[in-house]
Amino acid sequence: MIEVTDLHKSFGDAHILKGISAYFEKGKTNLIIGQSGSGKTVFLKCLLGLFESDEGIISYDGKIFSELNDDQRRDLRADMGMVFQGSALFDSMTILENVMFPLQMFTNQSKSEMEDRADFVLKRVNLVDAHKKFPAEASGGMQKRVAIARAIVNNPKYLFCDEPNSGLDPNTAIVIDNLIKEITDEYQMTTVINSHDMNSVMEIGEKIIFLKDGEKAWEGSKETIFKTDNKVVTDFVYSSNLFKKVRQMYIDENE
Amino acid sequence: MSYLQNIGTYFLMIAEMFRKPTKWSVMRTLIFKDIDDLIINSLGIVAFIGFFVGGVVTIQTALNISNPLIPKYLVGFATRQSIILEFAPTFISIIMAGKVGSFITSSIGTMRVTEQIDALEVMGINSLNYLVFPKFIAMMLYPFVISIAMFLGMVGGLAACIFGGFTTVNDYIMGIQEGFEPFHISYAFIKTLVFAFLLATIPSYHGFYMKGGALEVGKASTTSFVWTSVVIILLNYLLTDMLLSS
Repeated sequence: MIEVTDLHKSFGDAHILKGISAYFEKGKTNLIIGQSGSGKTVFLKCLLGLFESDEGIISYDGKIFSELNDDQRRDLRADMGMVFQGSALFDSMTILENVMFPLQMFTNQSKSEMEDRADFVLKRVNLVDAHKKFPAEASGGMQKRVAIARAIVNNPKYLFCDEPNSGLDPNTAIVIDNLIKEITDEYQMTTVINSHDMNSVMEIGEKIIFLKDGEKAWEGSKETIFKTDNKVVTDFVYSSNLFKKVRQMYIDENE
Repeated sequence: MSYLQNIGTYFLMIAEMFRKPTKWSVMRTLIFKDIDDLIINSLGIVAFIGFFVGGVVTIQTALNISNPLIPKYLVGFATRQSIILEFAPTFISIIMAGKVGSFITSSIGTMRVTEQIDALEVMGINSLNYLVFPKFIAMMLYPFVISIAMFLGMVGGLAACIFGGFTTVNDYIMGIQEGFEPFHISYAFIKTLVFAFLLATIPSYHGFYMKGGALEVGKASTTSFVWTSVVIILLNYLLTDMLLSS
């Protein structure tokens, strides 16, 4: 479990995160949603330790991040997997080498053992016959799958995904969402997903945190988001006519 | 103030580069790759420039000696001194700041822009050790490149003598051997090692700490070339003063 208490972060005069408190549960897909500029990415980067928070506590299963030294932080990060918005695959390596990379760095497995494990996770994300391709030769959806495979190859305890659906067609986006959900269930990871894709919210939002202007404006799940009267949330989530109709249908069915 | 901050960050980067080393099996591969990229791939241009500039130095020296009392072997002597003391270590290093430096800045800068460095950090890898340390080790072979530039510079001078008829081969070779000070070679290689360190680290600094997108990668490469050249020129002055003027 990841617990965040009263997190603040500023860049110069811009106060981006204004005292966010939240907890992210193990074995669940936890979504952070909000408009562009609401502080989602800064929040995620603070969780990952890529940005140092100004105030507040981030605790990973009891380990307080700000109290760890550099070496302890690096050890903790070995338990984290991250799927970046742009996939962030190493473009000088093949897909197989990208997936094998964390194993090369952190295990003493033989080359054949690493290849077997990489092959296993690539099959797990439904990628076959792409091992020798370079990232530039793969489609956006394939790159996301490779990024997921790389993130989970070392059995991390925590999985972070920054806008995993951005730039993908709706079908591929659903496949990626379901894949993340399945993997979270299977490996019992604490998964935190940064998204503003409402399909993701409805599909896999077991826990949802809504950020507005750097503050937590709402917290709930994909079930409760249909019922909420919080105007800030409904204005954002149900901004399209389609979602307004979906919400009305849900309310009508459940009354 | 910003200059001081940059200098401080640069030295912190160097300290961090030696901490938490990457696994040797991985590091070995990275070092060999960087030796190929930075050293082997530079041999062609260094050989070409060394040979022809050596020839030009010889021609210029020969054409400017009009006094019949000045011995002809001075052409070889002046060529050797120019090449060993300044041309090979300093001016080849400035050319390398453009070739190797911009390669390092743009490759690390692109990794920064595409979040590949963030990916390394999130995995718990010391990205400075992973990216910069192998370049630093690879550049320790830079004196080998400069030796080739020295040798080919003098061969270029010899070729100019043979084909241009500026002096005899015997006079040129006598000049090359005349008044040879072994310490001048040590001086040249001390400078070369210092410049190798600068060529590996200053461009890495500009790539690693850059912000922005593709356009900024280009700007960072230009800035890195300017600053590497400036620091090489300044340290060249200081080292020459320290090592030769005493």
